[in-house]
Amino acid sequence: MRAKHLFVFTGGLLFGFGLAFGGMAKQEVVLSFLQLKDLGLLLLLGASAAVTALTINLAPKILKRPVLGGEFKRRTRTLSKKTIIGATIFGVGWGISGQCPGSAWASLGVGNIPVLIGIASMFLGAYIMGRFFT
Amino acid sequence: MFPLGVVPYIVGGILIGVGVSHIYIATGLHATQSSFFSTTLSYVSKRPYFQQKQYLSSRGWRLTFAAGVILGAFLYAITLSPEGFFTTSVQWWRLAVGGFLVGFGTRLSKGCTSGHGISGLGSLSTTSLYAVATFLGVGILTAMIVQALGVIP
Repeated sequence: MRAKHLFVFTGGLLFGFGLAFGGMAKQEVVLSFLQLKDLGLLLLLGASAAVTALTINLAPKILKRPVLGGEFKRRTRTLSKKTIIGATIFGVGWGISGQCPGSAWASLGVGNIPVLIGIASMFLGAYIMGRFFT
Repeated sequence: MFPLGVVPYIVGGILIGVGVSHIYIATGLHATQSSFFSTTLSYVSKRPYFQQKQYLSSRGWRLTFAAGVILGAFLYAITLSPEGFFTTSVQWWRLAVGGFLVGFGTRLSKGCTSGHGISGLGSLSTTSLYAVATFLGVGILTAMIVQALGVIP
């Protein structure tokens, strides 16, 4: 249990450092990407997805199971109307504010106190969704 | 296309991918982000949606993961960041309205830029591919409209 949290924490450190290093902790950088002035975040998304794809596809061939036990599974989701409606609503929020869930935490880490407003609002949005739309 | 160069973006993306891979190889968990809001709400809401088994079983490590992400970004700010700490100039009402829609939409869609974008695409999921195409397209359109209305940045 402790080992699991240690690996999750150190992975989180890399994730947060990478987000900040790649500029995604700054809402201004995200907005300049969405305004198509700087396409760099497409490279960030591509590189992170490519490394992850290699791992998810190769790890089960090299190791039988995860180091701490359990099993390797792909991340699967069934396509539904909710997938697309939700992604549309998310896209509007992303385009208005330049925030998404992971980058909001990284943004807090680089000292961006105003993003707490965004994080509180994300909790509210997630609550309203779970409370009234499920 | 790349006024700030390409290196920080590629290096940042690789670091993120290595972080996700590190957790996957050790635990088999998909280190994604937006579920955090639902799993953490399970501590305070007794509604059946928030009390579902998968949320209760993952809420502990998701807190640990978020703490790691915050500290990792903090470490960047105090080491390699050219300008140190950062404060956005995006207006509070945009953070509030946008944040609400991000929280609502990612949970309805069951994934965000990391869940659908990194782990979903990494799992070669077509559902995630449709989701990513949708939020990228809508995000670009929305940011363009906001800009055209004269709201800066």
